[in-house]
Amino acid sequence: MTSRLLLALPYFTVVVLIVLGLAVMLSKRNVVKILMGLSLMESAVNLFLVATGYRHDSVAPIFTNVPAGPMALPTVQALTLTSIVIGVATSAMMLSFAMVIYKKYGTTDIQKIKKLKG
Amino acid sequence: MMDTFVMRHLPALLIAVPLFAAFLMPIVGGAGRVVRNAWVVLGALATSAVGLALAWKVLATGTVLYVFGAAAPHVPLPMDSGGIPIRIVFQIDALSALMVVIASLSSLGITIYSLAAESRQSGLETFYAMLFLLIAGVLGMVSTGDLFNFFVFLEISSLAGAALVAYRVDNGVAVEAGLKYALLSTLGALAVLTAIGILIGQYNALNLATLASRLQFTTLDKLALVLLAVPLAMKCGAVPMHFWTPDSYTTAPSSVTAFLVVSSQASLYGLFRILFTLYGPLLSWATFGWFLIVLGVLSMFVGVTMAIPQKDVKRLMAYHAVSQTGYMLLGVGVGLAVLGNPDALAKYGRTAMAGGLFHIINHAMYKGLLFLTAGAVFYRAGTRNLNKLGGLGHDMPWTMVCFMIGALAIAGVPPFNGFASKLLIYESVFRFSPFLSIIAMIVSILTLASFVKVFHSMFLGPRRAEFAAVREVPAPMLAGMALLAVFVVAAGLAPQPFVDRLIQPAVEALVDRAGYIAAILGGI
Repeated sequence: MTSRLLLALPYFTVVVLIVLGLAVMLSKRNVVKILMGLSLMESAVNLFLVATGYRHDSVAPIFTNVPAGPMALPTVQALTLTSIVIGVATSAMMLSFAMVIYKKYGTTDIQKIKKLKG
Repeated sequence: MMDTFVMRHLPALLIAVPLFAAFLMPIVGGAGRVVRNAWVVLGALATSAVGLALAWKVLATGTVLYVFGAAAPHVPLPMDSGGIPIRIVFQIDALSALMVVIASLSSLGITIYSLAAESRQSGLETFYAMLFLLIAGVLGMVSTGDLFNFFVFLEISSLAGAALVAYRVDNGVAVEAGLKYALLSTLGALAVLTAIGILIGQYNALNLATLASRLQFTTLDKLALVLLAVPLAMKCGAVPMHFWTPDSYTTAPSSVTAFLVVSSQASLYGLFRILFTLYGPLLSWATFGWFLIVLGVLSMFVGVTMAIPQKDVKRLMAYHAVSQTGYMLLGVGVGLAVLGNPDALAKYGRTAMAGGLFHIINHAMYKGLLFLTAGAVFYRAGTRNLNKLGGLGHDMPWTMVCFMIGALAIAGVPPFNGFASKLLIYESVFRFSPFLSIIAMIVSILTLASFVKVFHSMFLGPRRAEFAAVREVPAPMLAGMALLAVFVVAAGLAPQPFVDRLIQPAVEALVDRAGYIAAILGGI
């Protein structure tokens, strides 16, 4: 019973992190904080991907001095690496947008950044 | 020898050529303006040539498979893969081929146009690098047979798209639109990634065909469906998730806007792929058919009513883009709703889907053309405000002709291509539900009214003093517009060859889920 709970723990963490990230994105007015919320959600999704890849009692497919037993195909780990790289690119780009906006508008408050309407 | 080598590796080249063009751009750009422009033209021509050759091959010989990293790339299950596709597979069927044709034609037109239109800007190496990345992203989205790969290309096109939207800083307004677009895209992509996690966690597969053959439609699968369908519907700009489209389409440089339309349609392709191929018969046809129909009707109606009062010509066109997306959703939605009913499918379902898919390519061409003419007017007159424009027809006759062609096509006036696809939609949807068909016609009339107003305020009237220096736009811009205009007229005058050779195979590919799976798994 405890081991099953332990296995489910990452998923609970994922849900908590996603809810936290969404709450930050919806409640904060500072663009940088909104981006932090988005980043938190990204981490949550990455954790979710890795968590789905865990196979009990199996080892990574590295063939030197390998112990007996099944090997787990590390597809999701590869996906997570890709997703982290994409996340870095997205965050960097959006933070640079936030910088330009601060330079041009003198604020990072989204309620005051409203030149586009209609 | 060279010929066969190229033909065999077309799907890889489809991505490699634009990426190569993009990443060498900063280096080539250092060699001066002429060399850079030559590189841009070369990259665009090569990309389109590869795209069109691939589409021709698909339409001539059937689905093309390409397994990346395998010794024999056309064998879907190599000996070392253990009976499941563990590598990334590109699966280009007739539906993908249609999208590849759209992206190839449109990208060629907009790159030629942008050579002159953007020549006054600085930082053009980055601009073109991003433009080629956007093209690569869109081509990848529509050709891949792998769900995670789809996510990667979705992110590439979103990032490049957002960077291009923000490219003309324009006192921060463009950056604001870019940030909005990037935030929404990333949030949507995260949802897609979560859905991918749910699916691979259950079925140990990322390949679309393999997933489709294993799907059980558990509660988790339903959650994954929502997480896939909603972001893709948002990315294609369907009402009520359209709010990013007017901002992004207005502030992006016009050549980019014309291609953002194609990028939205790649998301639309993704949505159709998920509904028809991945979930297919597991869905309740009627429910999801009506989901698309309701999205479509809302988009048509809200889009056109929001468009009419706009003062900014590109913002007006952006709302019309939302409205036209509705037609595609309506056509394909009607097809999905009757998919379980062979009788109705044969009578009008296929025609409705053909109309919807035909409208995708027509829309990409005439809407691209319209955005390019708006860009041409902005290039010379320096404003997009309809109240300030006027009398430009005297000095910009060719731009005016192109605008007329685009405007009549979007309003569905014969003999232009918009009429050909709308007619297919009207007559088939009428047999499904006359009410929906009447809404579609009313929206067309409103569209015509709106564009008559735009035409009048931009081009008609006496010459104005403030536009005394206005001349016709440079030749490359005219050439880009002409390329799209020729397609609009050709597909309008003789729609039947297009429907028979390009659209009908795409409809068959959309309906034939078993065929898609069998192409990979060999009819298991």
